[in-house]
Amino acid sequence: MYRIVEKRKLWFSISVIFVLPSLLFMIWSGITRGQLLPLSIDYTGGTVWEVSFDQAVQPAAVRQIFVNAGYGDTTVFTVNNDQTAQIKFKPVELDEKENLRQALEAQFGPLTEVTYRSLGPSIGREVSQAAFFALAAASILILLYIAWAFRSVPHPFRYGVAAVIALIHDVLVTLSFLAIMNLVAGWELDALTLTAILTVIGYSVNDTVVIFDRLRENIHRYRNESFAVVANRSIIETATRSIATQITVLLILVAILVLGGATLQQFVATMLVGFISGMYSSIFNATQILVAWDEKSLFHRSGKKPASQGSAVPA
Amino acid sequence: MRNTTISLIVIAILAALAVYIVLPVPHPDWMVRSDAAGKPTPLELKLGLDLQGGTQVMLEADLPEGRELQPGAMETAKNIVERRVNSLGVSEAVVQSQGDNRITAELPGVSDPDQAIETIRSTGQLEFVDPQGQFLQQGMIINTTNRPTTVQDYLASPNADPSAAPYGERIFPTAMTGDVLRTAIARQDQFGLWEIGFELTGPGSDQFFAYTSANIGQPMAIVLDGVVLSAPTIQAAIRDQGVITGQFSEAEANSLAIQMRYGSLPVPLKVVDVRSISATLGQDSVNSSLIAGLIGMGSVFLFMVLMYRVPGLLANLALLIYVFFNLAIYKLVPVTLTLAGITGFLLSVGMAVDANILIFERLREELRGGRSPRLAVEAGFSRAWPAIFDSNLTTLISCAVLYVFGNQFGASIVKGYALTLGLGVVLSMFTAFFITRTFMRALLGNRTQRTKSAQTIVGY
Repeated sequence: MYRIVEKRKLWFSISVIFVLPSLLFMIWSGITRGQLLPLSIDYTGGTVWEVSFDQAVQPAAVRQIFVNAGYGDTTVFTVNNDQTAQIKFKPVELDEKENLRQALEAQFGPLTEVTYRSLGPSIGREVSQAAFFALAAASILILLYIAWAFRSVPHPFRYGVAAVIALIHDVLVTLSFLAIMNLVAGWELDALTLTAILTVIGYSVNDTVVIFDRLRENIHRYRNESFAVVANRSIIETATRSIATQITVLLILVAILVLGGATLQQFVATMLVGFISGMYSSIFNATQILVAWDEKSLFHRSGKKPASQGSAVPA
Repeated sequence: MRNTTISLIVIAILAALAVYIVLPVPHPDWMVRSDAAGKPTPLELKLGLDLQGGTQVMLEADLPEGRELQPGAMETAKNIVERRVNSLGVSEAVVQSQGDNRITAELPGVSDPDQAIETIRSTGQLEFVDPQGQFLQQGMIINTTNRPTTVQDYLASPNADPSAAPYGERIFPTAMTGDVLRTAIARQDQFGLWEIGFELTGPGSDQFFAYTSANIGQPMAIVLDGVVLSAPTIQAAIRDQGVITGQFSEAEANSLAIQMRYGSLPVPLKVVDVRSISATLGQDSVNSSLIAGLIGMGSVFLFMVLMYRVPGLLANLALLIYVFFNLAIYKLVPVTLTLAGITGFLLSVGMAVDANILIFERLREELRGGRSPRLAVEAGFSRAWPAIFDSNLTTLISCAVLYVFGNQFGASIVKGYALTLGLGVVLSMFTAFFITRTFMRALLGNRTQRTKSAQTIVGY
């Protein structure tokens, strides 16, 4: 039987490497931008106006029109062969928007409005607060449910805590990805991304629970084995299912990512990263945390060979 | 074996029913929802704004410092916004209260947000109209000199009820507009009956006096945005102030006074959130997510057959039924499908597949352990159950949190997603434990011996 639990040091190190970018980003962003995360207008308030022209336009030229109108804090991206411009600026009144439309049409010819979104700053703040509460509420409820579901094994509370740590790990890994994509491609955390993160949480716990469930069963079945051995056995027994499930989820997500259209790309890519992280953390974090807690040591101590008692049992 | 046969029949009936509901054929009336006017609406998948294009506007009470929201004011404001939205001729517009000081209006098909906002925020036009001897009733829609096309506009909207506008082309002369009013309040007279007292402005009082003194004994209709609010009879010439009496309840009197006073909205509303999506972008999204969904699911089906052979094939059949169950419920409830909602649904398909994988892995373990196929099927299902139940329940917990969160902010994206995923998770448990199990029992249930053929079928 391959002793996954003995390599805790490696598993935890890998996690730290993937979690670190999000933490570094938050520190950097907190200092330079005054907010920890690249929040979209869903949380900060503002206007996103996507318009398409009959000709290709230069982002800088579009931006200049807004700067001239007094909106210095405007960013412009172009997509679709530079014919569609995505303009982000402050919330505006209707007549002001009409002026801007006329200024745009005067320079670039007739435009079609693709999407328009404008959100006041106060409601944005409320939404971001509520989002944080939603995240916290989901975590606490999940922790409590797991502690209750595992009441038949010793230390049920540990299972809840381990699942929630794995969950936070997945949120941070997802944020790392988002942070990098923010620097590379200007991605922002919007309402849909939050939905992706919450899904990742649900899925990550889902996955952790499947392994924990096997652990719950095996603890009663192999009473003479140490906890580490039972944990290792449970991981390996559920490995085929883990891989098979992961493949099916990847098949669906990759299909949406490739064919699902631009609107969903950021959403699905975020979810994909979170899912892979969730699969990893169920096996290499949540279960390992239980073993570490049981052995009262973060890393495996070579003096104590937890697998030695059970190594005679074939996988 | 008899139980299995009965279960198979039940599954076949349910599946046939689901397919029948999903197919775009005419359905009997009892199956179909009726709209407000009692007219049955055909069963169809409702698409959200992001898929069919449209505009969503969120309005918030914008009270001056120190003023409190009157009880019922938001409800009145909502009704007025609803009436104005309907005047846009938008089919299936939805106006809802959000929290205690916000209103959202969803306007499918309206791609010009500016026009929609103008209409919603415009102060309504209050008029005093000469009924010309006609019997005008509360709620009737009429043309007036100031709004000569009200009836025509109203009848153009798909939910129009022609009986609400019996005077067709006729245009009633506007005697005065709402600016003659200084204020209006609901109060009780000495007998405890509710009435509306109103005061007139300086210039307004002359106009009012001239009209009322010439029309004593005649009715005068009070009309807001073309809708008759009340049609009292003029009993005396009115100069500075007057009273409207009638059989009013307290709520009616209050509502009428508010509508007269503000000409429109009982609270000033400001726009806090606007989003608008063009119909072409919506159509593109529908097409691409449909293709993505079909290819994604097709590859999952293929994977299941390669991995689990005959049980995989049975699971696919169960999953197909599962998809139809979902779609049937979307139509019946109805669930408004958004882009995120479709993703939630596809994800729930993933969860449903996972339930089957958990079961089949268990089944193989049990067979390897030397059990007969019949016992292995039973053990596989009962052993996989706790894992499936606990893991799905945690997903349901986060769905519930998302739903509450989405509901609070009119974030229909989040809400739609939580709804389809949650619904899918519940149905997936049913599918795995009722449909797949019945299929497996029918296939292997009578094999009490470990046989070569059982091995081939299950592929362990």
